[in-house]
Amino acid sequence: MYDYVDGKLDWMAAGLPTEGTNAMLPRAGNTARKDAPTCGLKDRLGEVRERVRTQGWDSVVVVNEERVVLGLLRSAELDKDADLVVERAMRPGPSTFRPYVSLHEMAHFMVEHKLENTPITTSDGRLVGLLLTKDVLEAMDKAK
Amino acid sequence: MPAEIRRDEVRRLVDRGAQLVEVLPSPEYEEDHIPGAIHLPLRKIETRAVEVLDRKRAVIVYCWDTA
Repeated sequence: MYDYVDGKLDWMAAGLPTEGTNAMLPRAGNTARKDAPTCGLKDRLGEVRERVRTQGWDSVVVVNEERVVLGLLRSAELDKDADLVVERAMRPGPSTFRPYVSLHEMAHFMVEHKLENTPITTSDGRLVGLLLTKDVLEAMDKAK
Repeated sequence: MPAEIRRDEVRRLVDRGAQLVEVLPSPEYEEDHIPGAIHLPLRKIETRAVEVLDRKRAVIVYCWDTA
């Protein structure tokens, strides 16, 4: 006999699938963009800016080698001096949410705080994806 | 006393045929449970474990979190 002490919450916080009536409901983890660009602390801002804007993005998640989220570069940060290292330009320690949080809750928070996006992470801080407010609102419209 | 395990070990044991058992009440199990988990609420474990579980396979119990 074994006891999975961290329980179902740990499982869901890791972004792992579940079964049940809530399993198919739209959640932060399903809707987050897994292809959101990332960069490292020591990268040069100008290079990051050029790379991500060429790909059509205006936000970048700063991560370490294990994809643990360290910061965020949104438009205002990306527009700073090109010679800055990312660590000096980024917003450190952004608010993050777990994959199992409902889109309804995310919409409420993101609109109230006027956020364009927010990182979705596992319980140990690893990036699952970047959740865009416009994607949240679109998904909720479709669900009506 | 059951051995305490973490997520990676859960996955490894399930791959080897272990039975997952959720001990939370019905509504919580029905809303979300780990794929393949059997529902055996705590208050029914003593009476129903024998009929529901396979004695030859390992059993992993879980609830919501560490609380």
